[in-house]
Amino acid sequence: MRVTFTVNGTLQEADDVWEGESLLYVLRERMGLPGSKNACEQGECGSCTVYLDDVPVCSCLVAAGQVQDRDVRTVEGLASGDDLDPVQEAFIEAGAVQCGFCTPGLIVATHELLRRDDDPSDAEIREALAGNLCRCTGYEMIIDAVRLAATRARTGVRQ
Amino acid sequence: MEFLRPTTWTDALAAKAEHPSALPIRGGTDVMVELNFDVRRPDVLLDLGGVKELGEWSPSNGSIQLGAGVPYTRIITELGERLPGLALASRTVGSPQIRNRGTVGGNLGSASPAGDAHPPLLASNAVVVAESVRGRREIAIDDYFTGVKKNALAPDELIHSVLLPLATGPQQFSKVGTRNAMVIAVCAFGLALHPRERVVGTGIGSAAPTPVRAPEADAFLSGELPWETRGSLPETVGLEFGRLVAAAASPIDDVRGTAAYRRHALSVLARRTLGWAWHDYQTGAWS
Repeated sequence: MRVTFTVNGTLQEADDVWEGESLLYVLRERMGLPGSKNACEQGECGSCTVYLDDVPVCSCLVAAGQVQDRDVRTVEGLASGDDLDPVQEAFIEAGAVQCGFCTPGLIVATHELLRRDDDPSDAEIREALAGNLCRCTGYEMIIDAVRLAATRARTGVRQ
Repeated sequence: MEFLRPTTWTDALAAKAEHPSALPIRGGTDVMVELNFDVRRPDVLLDLGGVKELGEWSPSNGSIQLGAGVPYTRIITELGERLPGLALASRTVGSPQIRNRGTVGGNLGSASPAGDAHPPLLASNAVVVAESVRGRREIAIDDYFTGVKKNALAPDELIHSVLLPLATGPQQFSKVGTRNAMVIAVCAFGLALHPRERVVGTGIGSAAPTPVRAPEADAFLSGELPWETRGSLPETVGLEFGRLVAAAASPIDDVRGTAAYRRHALSVLARRTLGWAWHDYQTGAWS
């Protein structure tokens, strides 16, 4: 089947999509957007998190046909050109990246959290990121990155 | 495989009538796992994501008519006061990403004994509204679960909504898992106090082939609670309630826990949720 939807602001068309295929597969293998990572394929790890109509979802659990005429924003769509999103900058500065596999999903989840609440408590940060697994960091530097991004979002100060 | 995308409820029912083996999908949090892992290969996927009315809820005669496709996130943010038991259970579902997509309709469709929505639906006497091209049918929640992952739906029926009586008293939910998020319940318990009728509603999850009530525990507690005086509860009432709830379960040993552990944990959950609910009743504005 053919699926037409908007990805990071651009209307895209995928042909010969298998009906049981996931949005994640379409993004990675057909659109050449490897930012969303393929790990558990069961919604446990959050590595494939993208915005679907502005709501964070696991793209591995969305059937490709379900995004017809809808709007998807991946981690690739957060930066504008060479300017990283403040959440991406904070992850780099806080050293919240080790192997990097979980990073795109965590960045999308953090991006959405800070849009709702630019002063989250640690408990709120942990709850918001509960669907994103990281096997390297122990999460402390990730949480540091969220705090850093939140502080900057509140104060408007970057660098 | 065919992929059907009806945009109206009428078209969805027609599609289900024409393809009774079609697998409905909305949030996809269960269905896609099975597809991704090659556990299931349905002939037809019936995407209900485009049927707008399934994503709506409205007040209806002292109840909330909750569309089968309303995601858990919206139940938490929009219905927390009116359906506190279901909202509490919704908060324990998966992660934010899963709660953004998962629905009560999907939970009912899968009919897993571990479905988090089921204990509060039992405790508050929910009614499942099923529809087909033949007409509309209301199924009492007690008649809905017919076996492990089996339900009372006919092959041509789809779940339209759930009727949930507005809370008239405190409701609680508690669940045992190995961490605070992303867990399938080892066991779960929902409790609703119905002060007007002076009865208690219960629902047990993940500790029997289907979600079940604890009728003897309900009857015992309904008679023991000092509804009028709202006085404090003797410890023996909580202990006996817990014992009766545990006795109503018929758990198995599996990877998530042993039957013995589940029974013990259920007695603790029952006693704790009763303590919280009774405290709410003593201090709240329930009439």
